[in-house]
Amino acid sequence: MTLTIAVHGLHKSYGDVHAVNGASFEVQQGEFFGILGPNGAGKTTTLEILEGLRQADSGEVTVLGVPPWPRNPALLPRIGVQLQATSFFERLTAREQINTFASLYGVGPRRADEMLELVGLSDKADTRTEKLSGGQAQRLSIACALVHGPDLVFLDEPTSGLDPQARRNLWDLLRDINGQGHTVVLTTHYLDEAEILCDRVAIMDHGKILELGPPATLVRRLDAPTRISVESGLISLDDARALVDGATVDGAVADGTDGVEVVDDGVSLTIATRTPAPVLAALADRNAMRGLSVRGATLEDVFLNLTGREFRE
Amino acid sequence: MSRGLVSLSRAMTLGFIRDRMALFFTILFPLMFLVLFGGLLKDPGTSRSDIVEIGSVAVFDQMPAEAKAQLDQVLKIDKSGDRDTSLEKVRKGDYAAAVEQQGSTVIMHYSATDQVKSGIVRGVLGSIVQDANLVSAGVTVPAYRLDAQQVEDDSLKTIQFITPGILGWAIAVGATFGAALTLVTWRQKKILRRLRLSPVRTPTLIGARVGVSIGVALLQMAIFIGIASLPYFGLKLSDNWWMAIPLIVAATLAFMSIGLLAGSFAKTPEAASAIANLVVLPMAFLSGSFFPLDNAPSWVKTVSQALPLKHLNDAMLDVMVRGQGPGSALPAIGLLVGFALVVGTIAAFLFRWDDV
Repeated sequence: MTLTIAVHGLHKSYGDVHAVNGASFEVQQGEFFGILGPNGAGKTTTLEILEGLRQADSGEVTVLGVPPWPRNPALLPRIGVQLQATSFFERLTAREQINTFASLYGVGPRRADEMLELVGLSDKADTRTEKLSGGQAQRLSIACALVHGPDLVFLDEPTSGLDPQARRNLWDLLRDINGQGHTVVLTTHYLDEAEILCDRVAIMDHGKILELGPPATLVRRLDAPTRISVESGLISLDDARALVDGATVDGAVADGTDGVEVVDDGVSLTIATRTPAPVLAALADRNAMRGLSVRGATLEDVFLNLTGREFRE
Repeated sequence: MSRGLVSLSRAMTLGFIRDRMALFFTILFPLMFLVLFGGLLKDPGTSRSDIVEIGSVAVFDQMPAEAKAQLDQVLKIDKSGDRDTSLEKVRKGDYAAAVEQQGSTVIMHYSATDQVKSGIVRGVLGSIVQDANLVSAGVTVPAYRLDAQQVEDDSLKTIQFITPGILGWAIAVGATFGAALTLVTWRQKKILRRLRLSPVRTPTLIGARVGVSIGVALLQMAIFIGIASLPYFGLKLSDNWWMAIPLIVAATLAFMSIGLLAGSFAKTPEAASAIANLVVLPMAFLSGSFFPLDNAPSWVKTVSQALPLKHLNDAMLDVMVRGQGPGSALPAIGLLVGFALVVGTIAAFLFRWDDV
């Protein structure tokens, strides 16, 4: 596999603020790569350096084999950028918009129409961009980023501000794009999004990469207890505690230490355990499985564990 | 990359045409001034004064028909038998004067409130009485005659002076606001950043904006001259009017440089248009776009020499109306291009792709 992005020892300061403080990572060709982090973690600065909008103070950066700074007109047609704000020309229709961007890259109007089709905006082609809904505008801006067929696409929080339905539609679109061989680098506010879409994620805070790897690996590495919930009232709290103690092999007790505990909030009884199989079997024996749900740790837990704070602030 | 130039120009043009506010302020609003001034101040030299003749006044009634016809161009004479009502009407300003004859004396009653009109009537009446005296003294061929002739073409009317001035103002508004608002809006909406991430070269981007602004200015010129040339307004262009085209191109560059400078300081479109207004409106007044500066204090005239609009207005007047040769516009073109270079260079140093 070829390296699409290679970053080594990247530093960037604004005055006293050390926005990026020695970040290193690599992105493989065809990968779907996510950069996660709280606000001010240095994601945007990192992205801007990769795109060639800013100069790094120190460190080595290559994108598609060449340094992105200074502005390199030969590199630019090979990357596509969707900006956080939907930056459209004023008072143009969706088709005029994408045609304008297409022609900047020497791409004809037929390809522009195909892109509108791909993002499902053919029926909105003659609508002015000011009148598009949030989801439609996001899809159009992705289409504008992709119209010249770039090898590498940067997406900066593509689903922020969208309703759940629109987000899911966009996820399908992003997966398709990645499936067609485009390397995708994504920053997002949503950890579920990163978990579903990304092959690998980098978790950033204070300008450093704290963790890097496939979401599933990161979650597994956390070794967090599994949460088993059933409807309240099927089994008493004491019974549940006894059940957990009985099912525990290594002698852990449900006293809240090490993440193992039993909680009943009046709606659900939740058992957090590191040995879910015997607990589930015991629940099945007592026919107490109505409303059952089993949740493992998520990327959210990984994030909380790493940064010590909630993801969204 | 000519494709980029064409498509960016197209995007800007569509953005302009579909912006009703921009269309109003760059075309319709100045056009309203042109129509208003051109219509209101039509034929300033031949505006007639209304007077009333009380009873019979011999110098009017015994006038030869030919002289009477000439008099009718200057004075509109109503007749009245009622002296008191007539005087009251003069007092109220309905008539510029009331005239009666008592014996051999022609008496003119006037009001001090409109001294200009009563002065005109007084002068006209004086010469009529003079002529009547000459006739009664038997002089039919006077020794001296006065023949007053205007130095400009006979057809010179207010519209001739108003059209270049208002057109100059309209072009200043269009180019300044066009440049300032494009710069600030595109920076704020991150379009500039998006363009920087595309292979478009900066000269292409600037070229597109300059091209569209020049197109808008020439469109303004066509519309203004077209409307002012309607028979109702009666604009007549002199032979070298086409020299106004290079003048307008040079002036558009100068005004755009002002707009780019305003756009470098402003963060929001509102601030940009406030700064542009603050520059363009006083400049229009000080450059004689609305009224001539002949009676202005000398410091105003000195200040106006530094304003690009002043040079545009003067040079357009010379080539479009005063019938001066094509070469008369060259110094102004040089000044305007020089202004654009100096201010444009400053703006280039202050230029930012991004807000942060």
